[in-house]
Amino acid sequence: MSRRIRNFLLLAPAGAWFLVMLVLPLAVVIIFSFGERGPAGGYVPAFTLAQYANLPARWAAFRNTMMLAPTGTVAALVIAYPLAYFLAVRVSARWKMTLLVLVIVPFWTSILIRSYAWIFLLGGRGIPALLDLIGISDLRLINTPFAVLVGIVYGYLPLMVFPIYVSLDRLDKRLLEAAADLGARPWAAFVQITLPMSIPGIATGCMLVFILLMGEYLIPALLGGGKVFFVGNALVDLFLQSRNWAFGSAVAATLVIVMLVTVSIYMRLMARLGNGRDDVSLM
Amino acid sequence: MTNTPLDDKQDQTQPRVIAELRGVTKRFGTVLAADNLNLSIGEGEFLSFLGPSGCGKTTALRMLAGFEAPTEGDVLLDGAVVNEIEAHRRPVNMVFQHYALFPHMTVAENIGFGLRQMRPRMAKGEISDKVRRALDLVRLPGFEDRRIWEMSGGQQQRVALARAVVNEPKMLLLDEPLAALDRKLRKEMQIELQNIQRSLGITFILVTHDQEEALSMSDRICIMRDGRIVQIGTPQELYDQPISRYVADFVGTSNFFDGTLEAGSGAIAGVKLANGITLGGRPVGAIAAGDPVSLSVRPEQIGLTRKQGGAGALPVTVRNRIFLGEHTEYLVRHETLGEFFVLAPRQSELSEGPFNSGEGLFASWDATAALVLTRK
Ligand SMILES: Nc1ncnc2c1ncn2[C@@H]1O[C@H](COP(=O)(O)OP(=O)(O)OP(=O)(O)O)[C@@H](O)[C@H]1O
Ligand SMILES: [Mg+2]
Repeated sequence: MSRRIRNFLLLAPAGAWFLVMLVLPLAVVIIFSFGERGPAGGYVPAFTLAQYANLPARWAAFRNTMMLAPTGTVAALVIAYPLAYFLAVRVSARWKMTLLVLVIVPFWTSILIRSYAWIFLLGGRGIPALLDLIGISDLRLINTPFAVLVGIVYGYLPLMVFPIYVSLDRLDKRLLEAAADLGARPWAAFVQITLPMSIPGIATGCMLVFILLMGEYLIPALLGGGKVFFVGNALVDLFLQSRNWAFGSAVAATLVIVMLVTVSIYMRLMARLGNGRDDVSLM
Repeated sequence: MTNTPLDDKQDQTQPRVIAELRGVTKRFGTVLAADNLNLSIGEGEFLSFLGPSGCGKTTALRMLAGFEAPTEGDVLLDGAVVNEIEAHRRPVNMVFQHYALFPHMTVAENIGFGLRQMRPRMAKGEISDKVRRALDLVRLPGFEDRRIWEMSGGQQQRVALARAVVNEPKMLLLDEPLAALDRKLRKEMQIELQNIQRSLGITFILVTHDQEEALSMSDRICIMRDGRIVQIGTPQELYDQPISRYVADFVGTSNFFDGTLEAGSGAIAGVKLANGITLGGRPVGAIAAGDPVSLSVRPEQIGLTRKQGGAGALPVTVRNRIFLGEHTEYLVRHETLGEFFVLAPRQSELSEGPFNSGEGLFASWDATAALVLTRK
């Protein structure tokens, strides 16, 4: 079998999947976004930029997404890094597996059920009630951006922990011995060796979490109570409630563009950070 | 006849003791990696650890560097017990057997790493000066901006060497630092290391598999086996007065004839070999009649001649001739003793002419040149 045919056969399944599940729907969305809403909803073919002109009507959704997705990513990173470090460096081999499984366990339950738990915790009879006991009263947590942030950080933490864990676990501990031998205090060795060597894990984790957060809708719907909504919520609303497919498509297309732009800027940055490195690939 | 080279050495020069192992034992689970090591290292001394793979050389270095704490006993630096002192506080640098270069840094950043940790801070210009000189020293000028993975194994090893040397520590621990280099480069590096050691007065502790390296560079050599120190002494002492067959085998090459020690005392004892022949040799150490011993004869101590020799001469046949320039090495075979090596200097060849393969000759040596060594 020639090399070309073999390559073709290897790539065919992924290519077909890519075409049917990604390219075709995207093409449909783009075509729809230039159309008009039918009298009873749905889509009527046309060529107009009216839907795009109407985008500011959904500005709040974009603003929330663009604020909370990066904030959530950074918050998840800040919490995940020490956890991943602990798991990879400090925990003995015997306990590693057990603790890693504990990190995944939440994934075994539906995010829906877990978010309901948070609704209770952040709701009037949860944490605010406890705070009331020590004199902090009238604190509203549920249906605030904070509640959404808590929900997304909680939900996506494992996706941040794992890539960082892998890069720290792979780190040759003997390099830290060499650093100590050359007079680096533990903190200096962390900053000069461990942290730079774990950048690939950080980059991957941030990328995963950020992209998924941009499309998130369940957590804002549950913990934001219709007050803090993401672009995802706007899309659900436009496609399923108001049945304005044309406008929904324009919003969706815009989200894709925003994502492409942010992700490519991010990749640029990472490429510069990892400039000339081959010990690690950043993506 | 047990020699105490350590005491001899101190009597001669009285060096200040810079590092000491006192009854140091290290266990990894059930593995005994270091077994009651006792050793004191003088300031400015060049000491080598020589021994087979897995005998605990790296472990000994790691305890001096501060990566492992002894299970029992004490490690002393400058007269103070440092068992609990972390590696980054010890005035010691190590060249790792596996290099341990930082892959995310350039060559210059790797070499300058130790200098950058110094407080008060060293000026950038001074650091790059020192880095450049260190690179010259290891024959890698202009490699500052290279990445580690762009270098060959031998080049990486030299960067590791430069990274340790550049700090001018009180004591340098070198774990097989030249193993990946070709012969010529290794010779050059050996000379450079000796120069550094003399000019800066740094104490060197070298681990090596290469006995020639140990013999040519060290003030003293420490022969190790299964976590224990078998013998410490100057290269000369170890070569001339090995305390066991093990040491004689490790230092230089020797021919061994196994047998049992016959009764009798004095300067020369008889060894009854397996084939019934009894040969004489100088007994070394505490061995008693009936003990399993080896008669050790260095190849250069053996004379070859075509003429029917004295009573002790052994009839042999030449199997192989290896021309070594200054010397010629012969592999000869005795009917019952088997094969052994003879190193003949050029002069004797002039007198008797080179011997050819298959030629029948007579081999003999002075009984005082043969050592009777324990096989344990
Ligand atoms: N961290 C460890 N855990 C368990 N056993 C170890 C450890 N380090 C070393 N050992 C064991 O201790 C013994 C001595 O090891 P060491 O590395 O000191 O040998 P070495 O003389 O340096 O050998 P080589 O010449 O092959 O480098 C070996 O049997 C080794 O398996
Ligand atoms: Mg070793």
